[in-house]
Amino acid sequence: MRVRFVDTGSKDTRSGFGVGLLEAAQKNPKIVALAADLASSVKMDAFAQKFPERFFQCGVAEANMIGVAAGLATMGFIPFVGTFANFATGRVYDQVRQSICYSGKNVKIAASHAGLTLGEDGATHQMLEDIGLMRGLPGMTVVCPCDYNQTRLATLAAAEWEGPVYLRFGRPVMPNFTPTEDPSFKIGKVQVLLEGKEGVIFATGHMVWQALQASYMLEEQGVSVAVVNVHTLKPIDVEGIVEWLERTNVVVTAEEHQIYNGLGDIISYVATSYCPRYVVRVAVKDTFGESGKPHELMEKYGLTASHIASAVKYAIERKK
Amino acid sequence: MEVKELERVAAQIRRDVVRMVYEAQSGHPGGALGATDILVALYFAHMRHNPSTFSAAGLGEDVFILSNGHICAAWYAVLARRGYFPMAELSTFRRIDSRLQGHPATKEGLPGVRVATGSLGQGLSVGIGIALGKKLTRDPYKVYVMIGDGEANEGQIWEAALFASHHRVDNLIVIMDRNYKQIDGDTREVLNTDPMEDKWKAFGWEVVSLKEPHHFPSILETLQEATARCEKGKPVIIIAYTTMGKGVDFMENDHRWHGKPPNSHEYERALRQLPCTLADY
Repeated sequence: MRVRFVDTGSKDTRSGFGVGLLEAAQKNPKIVALAADLASSVKMDAFAQKFPERFFQCGVAEANMIGVAAGLATMGFIPFVGTFANFATGRVYDQVRQSICYSGKNVKIAASHAGLTLGEDGATHQMLEDIGLMRGLPGMTVVCPCDYNQTRLATLAAAEWEGPVYLRFGRPVMPNFTPTEDPSFKIGKVQVLLEGKEGVIFATGHMVWQALQASYMLEEQGVSVAVVNVHTLKPIDVEGIVEWLERTNVVVTAEEHQIYNGLGDIISYVATSYCPRYVVRVAVKDTFGESGKPHELMEKYGLTASHIASAVKYAIERKK
Repeated sequence: MEVKELERVAAQIRRDVVRMVYEAQSGHPGGALGATDILVALYFAHMRHNPSTFSAAGLGEDVFILSNGHICAAWYAVLARRGYFPMAELSTFRRIDSRLQGHPATKEGLPGVRVATGSLGQGLSVGIGIALGKKLTRDPYKVYVMIGDGEANEGQIWEAALFASHHRVDNLIVIMDRNYKQIDGDTREVLNTDPMEDKWKAFGWEVVSLKEPHHFPSILETLQEATARCEKGKPVIIIAYTTMGKGVDFMENDHRWHGKPPNSHEYERALRQLPCTLADY
């Protein structure tokens, strides 16, 4: 009997971050937070109100914010810097690289509004390359939780994780389907959400819900496909991924990210290194996004449950 | 430490710098020689710090960050001679398996270094973060950050300048190594940053000029003045009008010595001007 995941009340993942940050800060006085004129958008305002002396408004000056965070980390604080994924990575890549990663500073980068689902603001703000940028940095941990509850848990886990963390989440309201407390969520371990015999979908972030829907659609057509949530993109859970590669040679990845340098590359790396498999990718196909509503963009750029289901069918066909 | 003794230390550090860069056949002698006196004054006279109990956090002591990391040959020599690590290690500068990286780094665990610098413009922000951390922990000690004047081309420096002023980071003293030289030439030709002092004043900083940055009584007096201006709601910057390549006549005021080692002939010429006042490493 397969689990039936249901939406227990749609919420935005960024709010999961806001709640998690406040909770983490109540437990640990070492936690401080820095914002770059997007505190309310990134849901850091509750923290700022509760702990004004531990909150630093940096203005629209992200490079300096990263450095100040590195300095606070040097003093033993645990800084969370919050801004949009674009400004948290591409804009400050060198600062993240030198002042945080190379310097071994325990800074948490909370990146909201990642991916196409940022919506109407368009391609300037729709960061689709960040997983690649961040996972390329030695020492960086990259986490992309799948819903509101998991983003809260990931924030709490990031606060306790030793070393820099890139925490990726999004803007829009999306189905919330994982439990409030979830012992199966651990940074660095994949999460098997649905078992399946004929294939596996590895998904991350907003695409996990889509992957679940794809699996249910396929189930109705008599095809049993597993869904594995790869919320941690670095360090890679090689063992957890190989276990599924060994079971099937129908392998699909789904991510709200460029087709290069993201989850598709990660699963392909594991496949080519440990257990050779074809990997079919559902991702943004080397193009920039555009303005639109989140669901319109997901449809136009091929990131829906039916696109994933088609990819699974293609993988099955190719196997024959 | 007496001025005479500081002068002896500085003379030896300059000799160390030239030997290190020559032996590595790479490095940045010009800026290192120009900043030597200030670094010696900070580490041997002005700052309150304890080399034997170095920790990254630097609680209960003054903290120094070298934002213009490329001039680290002088900083390494100062740290070694001040007791942060064995002097013999200076001979490993820029070599494989060394803790003395081409630009300062923390990965290899060199005592004295708290953050990697080299890609310019970043160390000031980190220093501000440490200064804020000192305020949060009620640590009454100060943060010193050296920056280059070429480094002030970087936008992040001005982001940091705005931030420190806005947040009243007044336990911070920045020292700008103002030698008017950068890699491609005179700063006024590459990207003019004049009027430098007015810029910092306009950004809300206390500005102190150091006109004689190679004269220890002047350096120490300026550092004391800067310290006296701390804790009054504004960050403080000392603009130090240094001479690049100071102490080696053919390197002085010549931007071409930003990042190249001397050849054997130049090396001999330089060493003749740099007496061994203590003992070579």
